[in-house]
Amino acid sequence: MMNSIILNAATRLLAALLLLFSVYMLLRGHNLPGGGFIGGLIGATGFVLYAIAQGSEATRRALYYEPQNIAMIGLGIALASGVYAVFFGDAFFTGQWWFIGDRDTGDYVPISSVLFFDIGVYLVVFGSILTLVLALEEEV
Amino acid sequence: MPWVYGGPAGWISVAIPAAIFAYFLQFVAPVAAGTPVILGFDWVPSMDIRLSALIDGLSLTFVLLISGIGTLVTLYSTKYLGNHPEYPRFVLFLMMFMVGMLGLVLADNLIALFVFWEITTISSYLLIGFTSDEAKSRRSALQALLVTGTGGLALLAGMILLGNVAGSFELSEIIQRGDMIRAHPLYVPIVILVLAGTFTKSAQFPFHFWLPNAMAAPTPVSAYLHSATMVKAGVYLMARVNPALGSTDLWFWVLIIAGGFTTVFASILAIRQTDIKQVLAYTTLMALGALTLFIGAGTADAIKAMMLFLVVHSLYKAALFLMIGIVDHETGTREAPILRGLRRKMPITFLGGALAAISMAGIPPFFGFIGKEFLYKAGLEMDTAMLWITGTIFTASVLMFAAAGIAVLRPFTGQLAETPKAPHEGPWAMWICPLILGTLSLGFGLFPDYAEAWLIAPGTWAVYGDYSYEVDIYLFREVNAAFILSLVTFAVGTVVYLIHQPLRDWLGRVFAANPIKFDPGWDRVLDGLKALAAWQTNILQSGVLQRYIFVIFATFAVGVGWTIWAQDALNFQMDWAAEFDDLLFKHWAVLIFLTAGAILTAFTQSRMTAIAALGVVGIGVALIFIMFSAPDVAITQLLVETLVVVLVAVAMLKLPHLGLVAQRKRRPVHAVLAVAVGTITTLVLVAVLQAPLDRRLTDYFEVASWPEAFGKNIVNVILVDFRALDTFGEIAVVVIAALAAYALLRGTRYGASDDTNREDRT
Repeated sequence: MMNSIILNAATRLLAALLLLFSVYMLLRGHNLPGGGFIGGLIGATGFVLYAIAQGSEATRRALYYEPQNIAMIGLGIALASGVYAVFFGDAFFTGQWWFIGDRDTGDYVPISSVLFFDIGVYLVVFGSILTLVLALEEEV
Repeated sequence: MPWVYGGPAGWISVAIPAAIFAYFLQFVAPVAAGTPVILGFDWVPSMDIRLSALIDGLSLTFVLLISGIGTLVTLYSTKYLGNHPEYPRFVLFLMMFMVGMLGLVLADNLIALFVFWEITTISSYLLIGFTSDEAKSRRSALQALLVTGTGGLALLAGMILLGNVAGSFELSEIIQRGDMIRAHPLYVPIVILVLAGTFTKSAQFPFHFWLPNAMAAPTPVSAYLHSATMVKAGVYLMARVNPALGSTDLWFWVLIIAGGFTTVFASILAIRQTDIKQVLAYTTLMALGALTLFIGAGTADAIKAMMLFLVVHSLYKAALFLMIGIVDHETGTREAPILRGLRRKMPITFLGGALAAISMAGIPPFFGFIGKEFLYKAGLEMDTAMLWITGTIFTASVLMFAAAGIAVLRPFTGQLAETPKAPHEGPWAMWICPLILGTLSLGFGLFPDYAEAWLIAPGTWAVYGDYSYEVDIYLFREVNAAFILSLVTFAVGTVVYLIHQPLRDWLGRVFAANPIKFDPGWDRVLDGLKALAAWQTNILQSGVLQRYIFVIFATFAVGVGWTIWAQDALNFQMDWAAEFDDLLFKHWAVLIFLTAGAILTAFTQSRMTAIAALGVVGIGVALIFIMFSAPDVAITQLLVETLVVVLVAVAMLKLPHLGLVAQRKRRPVHAVLAVAVGTITTLVLVAVLQAPLDRRLTDYFEVASWPEAFGKNIVNVILVDFRALDTFGEIAVVVIAALAAYALLRGTRYGASDDTNREDRT
C-alpha cells in the first residue's frame, strides 16, 4: 500500500474504467481482439491497482466476495456451459447458439453457451490473480 | 433436528436399498432359467465406451445380498446411530458404498468395474474412520485404504493387460476367450496382478491384517462392508474371471494355498480373541479363505459349494455382527469374559443370534449345515492327494463351531453378570434385523430348493462357465462320509468350546512368542516409507529458488542440446546475411530495445531496475507479436508482463539485496548457463523454421470459424469453442495454482501453530 494522494484519487477512476474496459474486451472477444483471458487480466489489473493504492483490506471489501470463490464460481460456470451441450445430444463443450431478433436483416443479438464459457474464463483469471496478489500483499 | 435423522429422514435411507432389492427381483426368473441379462447404454459412443451391466447368477446373487442386507443394515442404523450428530454423513457414505458395490458386481466393463471397486475402497476408508476423533479409527482406516488401494493399482494394471490380451474390455466377452488368454505369454503377469487386487480386497494371507483392524468401524458397517459384501468383492472378481483365468496349475495352487492357509490361520486366531466382534472378524477371514480355496479347487462341485457357502455365510455373519452390535449398544461391552446370562434381558436378540449361530456351527436343519456338508463333499470328491483340503475345512468347521458358541452361547447363558450399562432389549428396528437373517438361515435350510433354483444354480453356472451342469442341493439324503465328518465336527467342536478359555490363554502365549507380527510390521513399513520420502525430499527440495531454476535450465540445456546434436538437427544451409537484410528499421529498433532490456536486467545492482528492465523485455516481445499481427497474444503478453512486475515488486520487499557477495561468486556459472540456454533456444527456433509450415489446421480454422462457431476472432474461437475442453483444463490449472499458492502463503503465516496439529493428523 502506498500513501500517495495522486495515486489514491486516480485509482478510484482508473479502477472503475479498467473494470468497464475489461467487460468490453470480454464481450467483443468473439469477433475482435479480446476475450475472457484478456478481459480477466484487465479486470484484475484494475483491482491490483486499487490494492496498491488502498491496501488489501479495502480491496477485499470492494470485491465483496472472496477472490478464490470468484475463481471457483467461474470454473463452475465454464463447466456448466460445457455440460449444457450434452442435454442437446452434442458432445461436451459444443457451442449452443440463440439469435434474438431477425437473422436475415442482421438486426439480432447472438447469445451462446460459448459466451458463458468465456465469462467463466474471465472470472477464473480475475479471481485467481487477485487470490495470489492479495495473499502476497497481506503476507509480505 | 436429530429426531428427524432416526425417524422420517432415516427411513429414506432404508427405502433406497429396499427399492433396489425389489427392482432386481424381476431378474430372478430369467436368470434362474439360465439366460443372463445384459443391460446397458452407449455412454460415449464416439469413443466406443458403453456402460453395461451383466446380470447373471453370480452378479444377481451379489446384488440381492447387497441390497437385501443393505436394507436391514440401514434400518438397524436408524436406531444404532440415529442420534449421532454425524448420522447424515454416515448415511451418505453408506449409500456411496452401496452404489459402488452394486456397480462393481453389475459392471460388464473392466474399467467401469475398477472405478466402482475404488469407490468401495474409498467409502470403506471413510466408514472405518467414521469416528475420526479416535487415533485408532484413523490408523485402521488408512491401513485399509493403503492395503486395498495398493492392490487396486495392481488390479488396474492386470485389467488393462487382460483387456488387451482378450481384445475386449467387456467381461461377457472375456470369459468366453479363456483358452486364448491362458495360452498368452502375458497370462502369468495378469494372474499375479489380478490376484494382488483380489487378495488385498478379500484380506487373504498375508494381506489379512487390515480386516480385523477395520472393526474400528461402527458395527452396522462391519456387518455390511467387512463381512457380507465388500470383502467378498475380491471373491466376486476371482469367481467372475474364473472361466477366463482358471483351470491352470498357477491359478489352482496360488488360490488353494493362500485360501487354505488363510482359512486355518484365521480360525485359530478367532479362538484367541476375547472381543466377540474380533472373533467374528476372524471367522469372516476364515470364510473368505474357504471361498478362495474352493474357487481355486475349480471343480463343478467345488464351485457349487463355494456359491452355497457364500450365501450361507453372508446371512449368518451379518446377523451375528448385528446381534453383537445390539449387545454392545445395550450393555456397553463386547468382551466375551464379561458378558453372561443376557438371555432373560435380551430374549429376541438372543433368538436372532442363536438362529444365526446354529447356522454358523453347521447344525441341521439350518442352511449352514448344508453349506458345510457340500464343502466336505466337494473336498472328498477331489483327488485323494487333495485330502488336506477337506482337512482344512474340517479344522475350520470345528473352530467355527466353537466360535459360534463363544459369540452367542456364552454371552446369553449362565448367570447374569455385571456390565458397564444395565442391559435391556434393544429397539425393534435393531433386533428385527438379526431375526430376519436368522430366520432366512433356517428357512433356506428347510427348503434348500428355492435357494438352489434362484441363486446357487445360476451362480454356479456363471462361475463354472457351463450352463448344462446339474446343480442339486439338499438337506439330507443318506449317511455318507461327509455326514459322518459333520458328526465328528460337532463332537470335536463341543470339546473345543468347553476348553476354549485355557485354549485361548495358551494360544495367547504362543502368539506372543511368535516373532512375525503383521500389524506392528505394517507400522515399520510405513515408517520406512516416510523416512525414504523425507530423505529424498531433503535432497530434491532444497528450498532455494535459485537452485531450482538452475536445475530446470540446466536440464533444458543438456536435454535439448543433446537432442539437437544427436538428431543432427542443425544440418541445413542458411543465408544469414539475406535474413538480416530483410529486417526493417522497426524490427531493428525492437531488437535493440529488447537486447538493452536484457543486458540491463543482468547487470544492474538494483532489484527494482532489474524488474523494470525485465518488463522492458516483455514489452519488446509484445511489440514483436503486434508486428506479426497477433493482437490477442500481444495484449495478453502486455497484461501478464504488467502483473508480473507488480507481483515481483510486492514480493521484492522481503528479498535481500542483489549485490550480496555469496551470490556473485556463482555469476560466471550462471552466465555460462544463460548463454547456453539462449543459444540453444535460438538454434531450435531457426531449425524449426527450416521445415515448411503446416497450414492445414490454420486453413481449417480460417474457413470454419465463422460458419461453424459464429466468430471472426479465430484465436478466441479456438479458445472458447473448437478447443474449449483444453481451455477448461487450463483454467482449472489456473485455479488450482492460485489456491495452492494461497495455501502456501497462508501456511507459512500460521505455520507455527499448525505444526502441532499436523503431527497428529498424519
